[in-house]
Amino acid sequence: MSRPEQRTVYLDHAATTPMVPAAVAAMTAQLGEVGNASSLHASGRRARRVVEESRETIASVLGCRPGEVVFTSGGTEADNLALKGVYWSRRAADPGRVRVLSTGVEHHAVLDPLHWLATTEGAGVELLPVDRDGRLVVDALRAALERDPSSVALISVMWANNEVGTLQPIAEVVELAGEYGVPVHTDAVQAVGAVPVDFAAAGVDALTLTGHKVGGPYGVGALLVRRELGVTALLHGGGQERDIRSGTIDVPAIAGFAAAVELAVKEQATYAARVGALRDRLIRGVLAAVPDAELTGSPDQRLPGNAHFSFPGCEGDSLLMLLDARGIECSTGSACSAGVPQPSHVLLAMGRSEAEARGSLRFSLGHTSTEADVDALIEAIGPCVERARAARA
Amino acid sequence: MRVIAAMSGGVDSAVAAARAVEAGHDVTGIHLALARNPASYRSGARGCCTIEDANDARRAADVIGIPFYVWDLSERFHEDVVEDFMDEYAAGRTPNPCLRCNERIKFAAVLDRALGLGFDAVATGHYAVLRTGAEGVELHRSVDAAKDQSYVLGVLTQDQLRHSLFPLGDTPKPLVRAEAARRGLLVADKPDSHDICFVADGDNAGWLREKLGNRLPNTGGAIVDESGAVVGEHEGTVGFTIGQRRGLRLGVPAADGRPRFVLDIEPVSGTVTVGPREHLAVTGISGIKPRWCGAAPTALEGTVQLRAHGGEHRCRVTVGETVEIELLDPAYGIAPGQAAVIYDGTRVVGSATIASTRRAAA
Repeated sequence: MSRPEQRTVYLDHAATTPMVPAAVAAMTAQLGEVGNASSLHASGRRARRVVEESRETIASVLGCRPGEVVFTSGGTEADNLALKGVYWSRRAADPGRVRVLSTGVEHHAVLDPLHWLATTEGAGVELLPVDRDGRLVVDALRAALERDPSSVALISVMWANNEVGTLQPIAEVVELAGEYGVPVHTDAVQAVGAVPVDFAAAGVDALTLTGHKVGGPYGVGALLVRRELGVTALLHGGGQERDIRSGTIDVPAIAGFAAAVELAVKEQATYAARVGALRDRLIRGVLAAVPDAELTGSPDQRLPGNAHFSFPGCEGDSLLMLLDARGIECSTGSACSAGVPQPSHVLLAMGRSEAEARGSLRFSLGHTSTEADVDALIEAIGPCVERARAARA
Repeated sequence: MRVIAAMSGGVDSAVAAARAVEAGHDVTGIHLALARNPASYRSGARGCCTIEDANDARRAADVIGIPFYVWDLSERFHEDVVEDFMDEYAAGRTPNPCLRCNERIKFAAVLDRALGLGFDAVATGHYAVLRTGAEGVELHRSVDAAKDQSYVLGVLTQDQLRHSLFPLGDTPKPLVRAEAARRGLLVADKPDSHDICFVADGDNAGWLREKLGNRLPNTGGAIVDESGAVVGEHEGTVGFTIGQRRGLRLGVPAADGRPRFVLDIEPVSGTVTVGPREHLAVTGISGIKPRWCGAAPTALEGTVQLRAHGGEHRCRVTVGETVEIELLDPAYGIAPGQAAVIYDGTRVVGSATIASTRRAAA
């Protein structure tokens, strides 16, 4: 039986957000063209020009030099390249540099490469504690650094958390790392376009961003990486992207990506004000409808589009399903790619219990979100929570 | 009705879900995540708990066009099924975890959650038939005798049956496969699942030895004949089943040279008794923990099935403190812990857990 037609209320922009028209136009304009950007003839030069202009666009809006933009297949590859590539390079220069300092709330695209480095490359991975809001305990980083600064290959701390939206104290991390000359990588896939991100001003050494979180296409991203920082390649081949990332350059995707990044960064302040207001409306409305719900994460150091709650006595899975049946789409934030939902490692790292972690949902707003979306959630959440509580097995 | 279709990733539950949609129900597919660590459960197409199975179930739901979710019942499954299985073996009994799973998980935890969420029923791909009779919903054997699964459903109560749908009970398995192919369900060629899903390699004894560790009732003992004479040794009764013939490695041949079977297992002393097949013949059963599909009977003549793929035995049943089952056709290789499912014709009356058996006078 088909369900009655209902409007989709998309509240999962942190998972992926619709492409903006400018990005669709820039990408589709290239799809019908020919030219390998590495070819020497006119078609190749034309393609190359599109790529280099895209690189310059991204560099100019994100505060880096064009030569510091390495295009990748997305955030996961950029994170892998930063962690493994910098680790290998730094260890090769000094075999004593085997420690990597990070946090327990990183995305799996950071945690899993770190786990791999620890188990197969002998890296000493230290996942530093966060406070109840999910913010890195800077004193713990200081202590870890001071213990033996010369043994630290790399520090990796995300700019903003994908589940609970907490912004990390990147400036303090960079300052501390600078005292000991340790490079800093940051996964900024959730931050670009949402909060001000300037590579040079931030002082980080490597930064991950991805297309589909900023209104660009899937399958393309970049690692911004300082020229001075050695990065060992993961992919070997034609020597594209400074020999750090071989592979035929995806001209249409890069064109769309650059258009999206440019727009997102230029409109960041307007976006943050508009979406932040919607987010506050959402938080007020949900807390009014479900008084014992708790906002997870930081009240102020938070992405403008993120609202994350724990609903006591509820299974997040049940709640998600009930909302989905009403056309309201959100996320439990748990890693369920393996088929089995696991309680979120982010919430556990923040000191929440497994039960609290399982009773949590993330609502994330984006550039297409409206007041009507927020109001639809506020209307539905009370009855759905009541239902989910009744269904608790 | 709003229906939850439990989808294992196999062909039967996929067709059952499709049929529920066709019958006009508003169907939502779910796959049960039963293992905390999916890799530790059966891999490939054989079990019901692997990542591949979850993906197959998801694809089937896509093809049918219904919403699909994974429900994590791994904790309940571990407590109610896996630990129970271990406890029963530790006590020297031989449980059937599939019945337990139906009783506690599929038609209890899942059904409760479904009803709580506003659904009316749970549909599965079991081969059994539900009919409305004078006293409510009746559970009957499926038309495909070879595939009939009413035995593992014999633990369901009237209340559970009223919220169940078994859309495949009227169809032989080959036709279900053909129907899956016709509906474009890629699982059409998947082999049937067998054995216990949480024992990854099918080696129950090895699994139990590893998991039970020092909870094993014993780690060795004597194999004796009916006169008490020691005829061999073993490394733990957990590897033995009543009625077993192979793998006994008896050092002393039988006087009459005939094959010997495990007649009795005494877990506390670790003694395994062997003897000729005719001494395995069970003529009476005492059952406990009865579960009735409808009103509890006081006495009846009918048939009883004693294992999942076992035959029917004519019997007389008397229900009192215990369920006393007199077998008119003797049964062989019956062990405490197994379920006795009682039928009146094709109708399932109910079930009891076998507490003890009576043998024909030797």
